Amino acid sequence: MTAAVAFLVLLAALAAWWLSGQRLMSRPWLAAGVVEDTGGLSHMPAAKVGLGVFLAVIGALFSLFLSAYTMRMQLADWSALPVPRILWATTLLILLASAALVWAVRSARRGEKERALDGLLAATGLGSAFLGGQLIAWDELAGSGYRLADNAANSFFYVLTGLHGAHILGGLVAVVAVTVKLWRSPDAAAARLPVELCALYWHFLALVWLVLFAVITGWAGDFLAVCRQLLS
Amino acid sequence: MADVPLDRVAETATTEVEDLSLHHPHSWLTRYVFSQDAKTISIQYTVTALAIGFLALFLSWLMRLQLGFPGTFAFIDAAAYYQLITMHGMMMIVYVLTAVLLGGFGNYLIPLMVGARDMVFPYANMLSYWFYLLAVVILLGSFFAPGGPTGAGWTLYPPQAILSGTPGQESGIILMLVSLIVFIAGFTMGGLNYVVTVLQGRTRGMTLMRMPLTVWGIFTASVMALLAFPALFVASVMMLFDKLFGTSFFMPALVELGTRLDYGGGSPILFQHLFWFFGHPEVYIVALPAFGIVSDLIATHARRNIFGYRMMVWAILAIGALSFVVWAHHMYVSGMNPWFGFFFATTTLIIAVPTAIKVYNWVLTLWRGDIHLTVPMLFALGFIVTFVNGGLSGLFLGNVVVDVPLSDTMFVVAHFHMVMGIAPVLVIFGAIYHWYPKATGRMMNEALGKLHFWITFLGTYAIFFPMHYLGLLGVPRRYHEMGEASFFPASAQMLNAYITVLALIVGAAQLLFLFNLIWSIRHGREAGGNPWRATSLEWQTPETPPPHGNWGKEQPTVYRWAYDYNVPGVAQDFIPQNMPPEAVPLGARSASGGAS
Repeated sequence: MTAAVAFLVLLAALAAWWLSGQRLMSRPWLAAGVVEDTGGLSHMPAAKVGLGVFLAVIGALFSLFLSAYTMRMQLADWSALPVPRILWATTLLILLASAALVWAVRSARRGEKERALDGLLAATGLGSAFLGGQLIAWDELAGSGYRLADNAANSFFYVLTGLHGAHILGGLVAVVAVTVKLWRSPDAAAARLPVELCALYWHFLALVWLVLFAVITGWAGDFLAVCRQLLS
Repeated sequence: MADVPLDRVAETATTEVEDLSLHHPHSWLTRYVFSQDAKTISIQYTVTALAIGFLALFLSWLMRLQLGFPGTFAFIDAAAYYQLITMHGMMMIVYVLTAVLLGGFGNYLIPLMVGARDMVFPYANMLSYWFYLLAVVILLGSFFAPGGPTGAGWTLYPPQAILSGTPGQESGIILMLVSLIVFIAGFTMGGLNYVVTVLQGRTRGMTLMRMPLTVWGIFTASVMALLAFPALFVASVMMLFDKLFGTSFFMPALVELGTRLDYGGGSPILFQHLFWFFGHPEVYIVALPAFGIVSDLIATHARRNIFGYRMMVWAILAIGALSFVVWAHHMYVSGMNPWFGFFFATTTLIIAVPTAIKVYNWVLTLWRGDIHLTVPMLFALGFIVTFVNGGLSGLFLGNVVVDVPLSDTMFVVAHFHMVMGIAPVLVIFGAIYHWYPKATGRMMNEALGKLHFWITFLGTYAIFFPMHYLGLLGVPRRYHEMGEASFFPASAQMLNAYITVLALIVGAAQLLFLFNLIWSIRHGREAGGNPWRATSLEWQTPETPPPHGNWGKEQPTVYRWAYDYNVPGVAQDFIPQNMPPEAVPLGARSASGGAS
């Protein structure tokens, strides 16, 4: 459960940092009168905070899966599966989609509607290509005899990529919805926040993919082994 | 939006929230069924969960009948008994306690107590309830599925949960797992609302340290639930794959009825880690809202400011954090590394410290208070005693060497029901008696309420105290019949019969509550806006019950914390949170400050 606990420690540190600005040491029974809340979050839109909390939930979900992965991996019957080449391409695609969304956010902030639309459309295309690539990877593996139930490594591969793909699909739906909204609205400023939210979600899932990719290829394990040797 | 203009107090942070524009319902369907009003959603959650609670209570009757009078009731065979255990446990913990305390009280109290007009994402909030209802329907569907509901025990441990010897193996276990997955998806939508409303929806002047402890408890529990339920989600998904697609996440190589199954190499312990990574925080997901509510009930009905408010808040946060690193104390008998056990025993005992701080503070709040033994207060006091009792036996079980011999006995059942069954249920009752006047405008009948309290409180003690003794005698839990294992005296069986009779009585007494709940809607005494003369914001709404949008034209402004009771030199014995300092009536109090 190391990955899950580590993730929670990270969240706890964030929470502690935020709480440290919330005057938890104040004596509320002494001071009557209006106290303006100076909390750092309160000037952010609720939707953004909501997305942040949601991303924490998604992070917990994947870190728990990774914990299960690492525990199951140590058992005797584990045999790692070959990493399909196409995953390199899809990794590039998801990062390019992230870049396209960065572009879209910047354009929307500057009020350039056409450019923002270009960014969103590019992200939609790249994101769909990512999903297509993942499906090809499944097909390749299944075709060369690595089926779901043959080995726990295969099962984890399909479940993790499938779950991640489902989240990406949700993100794509949101991106398309925002594209339509921006396309119809007269000024780009109205869609600024939704575009930002899409981008934030996408960046997070791209990060999750990088971690998953590192774990599936075994580099994460190698990296941890090197760290352990350095420490001992 | 048309009928109530939502005036926003200028230049305040909280009212800038963009999603707060409310869509007022226009038809009966959107007002009462597909409502986006947190208060309606709360009532939907509470009513559904209470219905499930009564069903789960009925299931426990059947279990007790078998234990008290084995063999008398032919239809309760071993398979049925295991199905009863499983469904009773899972329903009560997930579909009743979690749903009422977070979905029910969270929805009603968070927006009102922090001075918001509604939750920040009302649409997701509505979906949350309908997902919950869907999960309930799927769960109940398993009663009618071929093979019946699963009998895997509420912990659903593999490998037996999906093997053919276990009742409900055909479809019950699948429906259970799917239901849990739907529940978690639904809860996530609700939980996001509870957390973000506390973070972003607070009204002007409502700093975190001015929030009533109820909000602190529900807020922290929601954060925990958002992070802990994914563990159950992961475990459920993986087990579903094991069951449906033959993967071996959890399933080791097995021979069943002479045939070797296709499974191999999986780890049942892995499931236990995931399950308890959810399961232990779940205890505090239920307990923290209860702690918060009890703090407010005690302060209000003892007319005292809560003792050590800051310490109470810190203790809630400390418990929330610690509860994520104690999960393996449910796994002492799983054969884990002794050092592991040592670590988890230590963290388990440490968590008693903030918990004890809370108990001391409740007692010190009561100390020299102006205690009114109203029905909510009785339930709150009952909670403190019950929680302390259940917590003390938890100190026994937290130690590995004591836990190992007791782990499979009735002692665990007794401990668990005291601390996580009866204690939160007492709080739920107390809270319903307390906030019912706000939700309906009428008081619940006091005489019936007191009768309900005394039968429930004394009755549950009479049920669960002897159960500790049975456990020390070695009476095993989970057994359908004792059979040849009867190394304990014959009198143990008499005690079992006695417990069963009491369980029937206490269970039936809950009908008093149900009757009171329904009868008082029309026939209860008119309550007025603030019958308990309480300080927190929900009692200061312009109308009772509060309409959609809660506050009429203007959201309240908060000038003080929620516990200004019996402030010296003030003419009334409470000062509402939204009363400006210059409006506080000064002077000597006319009477003793007692009930008017």
